[in-house]
Amino acid sequence: MPRLLNIRPRGGGRLLLGLAPILILLLLYVVSSAARHAENPADKILPTVNAMVEQVRTMGFEADPQTGKAPLVSDTAASLTRLGAGIGLATVTTLVLGLAIGLVPLARATLGPLVSAIAVVPPVAILPILFIIMGLGETSKIMLIFIGLTPFMVRDLASAVAAIPEEQLVKAQTLGANTWVVALRVALPQALPRLIESLRFSLGPAWVFLISAEAIAADVGLGYRIFLVRRYLAMDVILPYVLWISLLAVVIDRALMGLSRAAFPWAHPSRSR
Amino acid sequence: MSVLSFRDVWVEYGDKIVLEKVALDVAEGAFVSIVGPSGAGKSTFLRLVLGQEAPSRGRIYLDREPLRPEPGPDRGVVFQRYSVFPHMTVLKNVMFGVQCSDRRRSARDEAADMLRQVGLGDHLDAYPAALSGGMQQRLAIAQALITHPRILLLDEPFGALDPGVRLDMHELITRLWTEKGLTILMVTHDIKEAFKLGTRVIAIDKRRRDPHAPHRFGSTAVYDFPLDKPNATPPRAVDSMSEQAA
Repeated sequence: MPRLLNIRPRGGGRLLLGLAPILILLLLYVVSSAARHAENPADKILPTVNAMVEQVRTMGFEADPQTGKAPLVSDTAASLTRLGAGIGLATVTTLVLGLAIGLVPLARATLGPLVSAIAVVPPVAILPILFIIMGLGETSKIMLIFIGLTPFMVRDLASAVAAIPEEQLVKAQTLGANTWVVALRVALPQALPRLIESLRFSLGPAWVFLISAEAIAADVGLGYRIFLVRRYLAMDVILPYVLWISLLAVVIDRALMGLSRAAFPWAHPSRSR
Repeated sequence: MSVLSFRDVWVEYGDKIVLEKVALDVAEGAFVSIVGPSGAGKSTFLRLVLGQEAPSRGRIYLDREPLRPEPGPDRGVVFQRYSVFPHMTVLKNVMFGVQCSDRRRSARDEAADMLRQVGLGDHLDAYPAALSGGMQQRLAIAQALITHPRILLLDEPFGALDPGVRLDMHELITRLWTEKGLTILMVTHDIKEAFKLGTRVIAIDKRRRDPHAPHRFGSTAVYDFPLDKPNATPPRAVDSMSEQAA
């Protein structure tokens, strides 16, 4: 009998092992839900699968008479727009600041301490400040995501750029490259795969900031809807919404990974050969 | 004529003396091997020539002009590792130097020709990660030579290679040195390699030691062996000789 740490599941066995806990949890849910409904047919805490499917149909495919769109559709559009704007802004800023701080010692000396100082501020704690200064509209929500992500991403990218071997920078200079050329042709391309990776890590926090902001002040959005129907204990809406948000997060993550593999084959050598 | 001259060069960090009183001239077409024990200042010596560091005393001249303390296209370099750009294909790696000096039109042909000379003609579109260690060093050499540097600096260039591959590389660098009339400065810890390739071997070490204050004295060129080999002939001279022959 081999030692436990040497037993490696493969192929179908591995798939089955991975699925088992998920299926057990689902089964547990269905059984508990059925038990509660047997006792009290009006139970709201563990809605049946049928009730959730019914809610998805109403929320996702029946137009709201006020807006003319299904709530799930308009919530998703609003949330993804905010998320995209915040993340986009953070990415562009990171590219410029991270590259400068990582590559140019003068920029590191000037901006490094500032970025480190901002990075220790808990973003949700300054949400009230954003609401006071920028009002309750879209700007404050986008800014929260931006402020929440940027310091972390800048520091990550700057350290990745700083980790480019000195030899490469010297070599580029001996080939006649000036600072600008080194930044654009040596540092930037090598920083991009890392930027995408740190973007993937930042997606989780980005959703937290988005949903916090929407929970407090919004009239449309995935986070807004969840916190709205919470008042009616509408678990049959909340659970599908949570699943939908998770699905969106996974899709965005996979898309970013695919983009990195397609655009930077040299950074993923095991697949490129 | 000497390409590179050190005039009474010192490198000191506070009390610690790394190099002291280094004075030497490197003649055009010479292949100078620098040997010495670890920590004797071989790398500091190379950093000085590259301009990554400035001497604390004394002066360095390249073609009789004071050397700018910054890497530049007049000095090519091949390091032991990390010499090539991992995000560029083989061809792009070599084209980089041509494009920096703004002769964009001929960049591709010139780079491809140089790669054929080092034996990488069949791998133009591969990424460095797909190349063996020896092929990566061939690429690094092609990349350094494309800008026609006045002096080529080799920092333990073959140190990480298998013995067989190393012999091939010795052949390659000797051929390029003769054909192109290069002036080469190679730092190595392999004394056999130093004597085999060089026309001159310089040993860097401390001349005096104080066991109570090991940093009190710096290293300098303690031995300088001119070997009985001809220097490389500059390409122009080769051309005129072949014309005479014809």
